[in-house]
Amino acid sequence: MIETEFTPFAAGLGGVLIGFGAVLLMWARGNVFGATGILAGVFHPSSSSDWAWRVAVLAGMLTGPFVYLFITGAMPQIQVPVSTPAMVIGGLLVGIGVTFGAGCTSGHGVCGMARLSPRSFVATATFMAVTALTVFVMRHIVGG
Amino acid sequence: MHLIVIYVAGLLFGLGISISGMGNPAKVLNFFDVAGVWDPSLAFVMGGALIVTFIGYRLVFRIPQPMFEPAFHLPTSRVIDARLIGGSAVFGLGWGLSGFCPGGVLPMISTGDGSVLIFSGALIAGMFLARWMMGVIAKRNTPAATPAE
Repeated sequence: MIETEFTPFAAGLGGVLIGFGAVLLMWARGNVFGATGILAGVFHPSSSSDWAWRVAVLAGMLTGPFVYLFITGAMPQIQVPVSTPAMVIGGLLVGIGVTFGAGCTSGHGVCGMARLSPRSFVATATFMAVTALTVFVMRHIVGG
Repeated sequence: MHLIVIYVAGLLFGLGISISGMGNPAKVLNFFDVAGVWDPSLAFVMGGALIVTFIGYRLVFRIPQPMFEPAFHLPTSRVIDARLIGGSAVFGLGWGLSGFCPGGVLPMISTGDGSVLIFSGALIAGMFLARWMMGVIAKRNTPAATPAE
């Protein structure tokens, strides 16, 4: 377990920027900003222009940390308190789950809930609850 | 021109993830660890993003069509079924094990961090696996030949 500092200002500012990104994409192209859907569409695009905008979003996402580096002088911090097998299994489960569930934290949790989609409220409540339960079991029952 | 605007949208998102700590598994997992080393920061990320998106979408939907497309491309499904709930539950299990979600991990690929690359590879493999599973399920649910009445 790694303790992390409570950073409400940075978290809120980051959240606001994520929101501006989502609104800008809706204004420009009329799409929700779901990382799952955007990534899936890169591998299975419906046309070449459908592929191009998804690659442009991803390229922008990848540029974000470099802008952060330019502003702060360091890359964003990544601290990993779990094992490599947990990363592999976690990645596979996330990939399977978001495909069946048709969205993740950005698609359902931000864009879907902002549209007041009942599906997104159910999806977000489900994954938030299961994530909390998983963390509790891994940290306080298995690892406790 | 329109690809530049879309690139900027991705950049704002990626910068937001970088500043907020959503790409840091320790911070994300600590948000869910209320019984341990709780860090409530993630609530401010979700809160900030939701407030801006909620208000911004309402302003955007006043225009008849998006800037560079003839119509909005909004999700149309309204079904709440086992696939939605089960898929979201499996996602939660993976998020709780790793601390990475797709939107959080993708911008972090730029850091070259080993865990990020391992998770991203597994994420993409899982997405392909799920598509294959969906194909198998769809095939099984389609009757091969419907007998005539």
